[in-house]
Amino acid sequence: MSNTPANATGTPIVHLSELPEASLSPLRIATRRLRRDRLTLIAMGILLFLAIISFAAPLIADRGLGVSYSQTDAPNKFTLPGTANHILGTDDLGRDYFARLLYGGQVSFTIAIFAALLALLIGLAVGLVTGYFGGIIDDFMNWFIITLGSIPQLLLLLIFVAVFQPSVLLLILILGLLGWTGTSRLVRGQTLALRSQDFILSARSIGASSQRIMFRHILPNVFSLIIVDLALSIGGLILTEAGLSFLGYGVKPPTPSWGNMLSDAQETYSHGLYLVFYPGVFITVTVLCLFVIGDGLRDAFDPQLENKK
Amino acid sequence: MSRYLIRRLLQAIPTLFGVSLLSFMIMSAAPGGPLAALSQDPKMTPAKKAIRIRQLGLDDPWPLQYVRWLVGDDWRLFDTNGDGKLSTECKIDEAGKQVCGPDLYGMSRGILRGDWGYSYVNRRPVLSLIGERLGATVELSILSLIIGASLGILIGILAAVRRGGVFDNGSRVLSVVLSAVPTFWLGLLLIIVFGGILKVLPMGSRCSPTAPCPPIWGRLEYLFLPVLILSTGGIAGYSRYLRASMLDVINQDYVRTARAKGLPDRAVWFVHAARNAMIPLVTFLGPAIAGLLGGAVITETLFSWPGLGRLAIQSVNTLDYPLLMAITMIGAVETIAGFMLSDFLYALVDPRIRLG
Repeated sequence: MSNTPANATGTPIVHLSELPEASLSPLRIATRRLRRDRLTLIAMGILLFLAIISFAAPLIADRGLGVSYSQTDAPNKFTLPGTANHILGTDDLGRDYFARLLYGGQVSFTIAIFAALLALLIGLAVGLVTGYFGGIIDDFMNWFIITLGSIPQLLLLLIFVAVFQPSVLLLILILGLLGWTGTSRLVRGQTLALRSQDFILSARSIGASSQRIMFRHILPNVFSLIIVDLALSIGGLILTEAGLSFLGYGVKPPTPSWGNMLSDAQETYSHGLYLVFYPGVFITVTVLCLFVIGDGLRDAFDPQLENKK
Repeated sequence: MSRYLIRRLLQAIPTLFGVSLLSFMIMSAAPGGPLAALSQDPKMTPAKKAIRIRQLGLDDPWPLQYVRWLVGDDWRLFDTNGDGKLSTECKIDEAGKQVCGPDLYGMSRGILRGDWGYSYVNRRPVLSLIGERLGATVELSILSLIIGASLGILIGILAAVRRGGVFDNGSRVLSVVLSAVPTFWLGLLLIIVFGGILKVLPMGSRCSPTAPCPPIWGRLEYLFLPVLILSTGGIAGYSRYLRASMLDVINQDYVRTARAKGLPDRAVWFVHAARNAMIPLVTFLGPAIAGLLGGAVITETLFSWPGLGRLAIQSVNTLDYPLLMAITMIGAVETIAGFMLSDFLYALVDPRIRLG
C-alpha cells in the first residue's frame, strides 16, 4: 500500500503497512483479495460484457447492424449465420437471431436480477427477524418454509405460472416470492450465531434498541453472505426462467428470452444447429460466470481463508 | 431411534396438510379454473358444461372444495339436473311425462379415506392414471441416482488422489460447467448429435412404439440419454463434494496411522479415507430425492418419456385439480421422505451423530 491514509482533517495517521491485515475493514480485505483472483475477474468481465451488449441491444442491433428482433421477414427465414447483416442468421420467421439473443438477454437478465433482489429482501427481513426474536414467529416461519420447501419447486412454479399466465413483471414477482427461503435460512443461522456474541450483548447493555442492533450490528455481518447468495441465486434464476420458458410456461412469445428461443429451436433445429447452439451458450456462459463470481466472492469474504493457505 | 422416527413422522402430518392447503388455494385462484380446459372439448355444449360444473361442484367456494377433496363428498347431494333444488326423486311434469333427473350424491370418498378421486379431464381414477406412469419415472429416477452417485464418487476420489493434476482440474471444471449448463439444452444437443446426426440412439420415448415395452435390459439404448441427463447434477455435486471431503479426511490422525503402519497408498485412499469421506454424502440424498420429480418434468418432456413428470405438465395445462393435487402430494411425500431418510442414514453410518 503506497498511498497514505488520512483522517477527516487530512492529516496522515498511520501507514497501513505497519498494521497487520486484521485491522483492515473486511470489505477492504475482500476487494484486495478479489483483485488478485484472476478467474473471478475474468468472469466479472465476461458477465459485464454480456450484460452491456444485452442492454445496448437497440444500439447494436437496430442502429448498428440495421436488423430487427421483432420484424418478421418470411422470405429470409433460416438465413445462415454470416449472411448480410445477420451475424447469427435468422429464425423461423426471418427475425435476426443475434438481435433476438441480445433482447432475450435483456429479458433473462431483468427477470433474474429483480427476482433475486426481491427474494433477497424478503429472505433478509424474515431471516433477521426470526433469527433475532426466535419464539413463535420463528416456529411459524420454520413450519411455513418447510411446507413451501416440501412442494417440488418446479411443480410449484408451474402451478403458479399456469394459474396466473404471467407477464414479465408477474414472473419476477412469482420467482421472487417463492425463492427467498434459502436466503432466510442462511441469514437466520448467521443471526442466531451473532446474537449470542459479546458485541451484541454490549450494544444491548448500553441501551441499543432491537432495531438498531439488527440494522447496525447484525446486518453488516451478514452482508458478505448475502452478496455471495445474490450472485448464485441470479445464476440459478436464469436457469429456472430458461427451464420454465422451455416448457412453455415462462416468457411468452413474441417476447424473446433465451429459454423460449431454445423452446422454439426444439422444433426448428433441422434448419440449422445454430438455432439450438447459441441460446444455450449464452445461458451457460452467463450462469457459469455468476457461479464463478459467487465462489470467488465467498473465498474473498472468508475470514479463515488466510489461515488455511 | 424409533422415538425419533415417530416424532419425525408426526411432524410430517402438519406439513402435508399445509402443502395440500397451499396448493389447493393457489390452484383455485386460477381464473376460469379447469372449466377453461373442459370447454376446449368441441362436444361440450354450454348446457353440458353447466351440468358438468355442478357435477364436479366447481361452483362451490374453494374451502368447501378443499374439504370435499379431503373427506369426500358422498354425504353431499349435488344439483346435477340444475333445477335449483336438491332432491333425489323423479317427478311428473304438466305434460304427464316423467322428469327423472334426480340429483346425485357425490362419488368421492376423499383423500383421508384413501380415495384419490377422479381426473376431471380423463374421467378415470387418479390412482390408476398415476399407476400407469409411476414405473417409467421410478426406473429413470433410481437409475440416475445410482449412476450420478457412483460416477460422482469415483471422480471425486480420483480427483482427490491426483490433487492438482490434469484429472483433478479437468473434473473440477467439468463439475462447475455441468451445474451451469441448462440440462434441457445439453439433452437437446445430445439428442441431435446421437439421435439425429449419428443415428445411434433413439431420439426419445421409453421403447419402440410398435411393441409393448420389453424389460429394462431390452431397451437400454432408450434409457441412456435421459439417465445421463438426469444424473448430471449428481455427478457434478457428488464429485465436488467428495473431493473436498477426501481432502479433509486425509489429514486426520487415523489416516496418518494407517500410513505409518506401512499400508500401501491405494489401501489408505480407497479403504480408509474414502469410506469415511463418503459419510457426509448421505446428507445429499435428501435433496437429491426431493429434486427427482422436478428433474423428471423437464427430462421427460424433452425425451417424450411417459412418466409422472409429463403427467404433471398435462395436469397443469388442464388444471385437473384431483390429478394435480395427487402429483403435488406425491412430490411432497417424496421430499419429506427423502430428507428423513438422509437424516436417518446419517445417524446410522456415523455413530458420532445422535438423533435428538
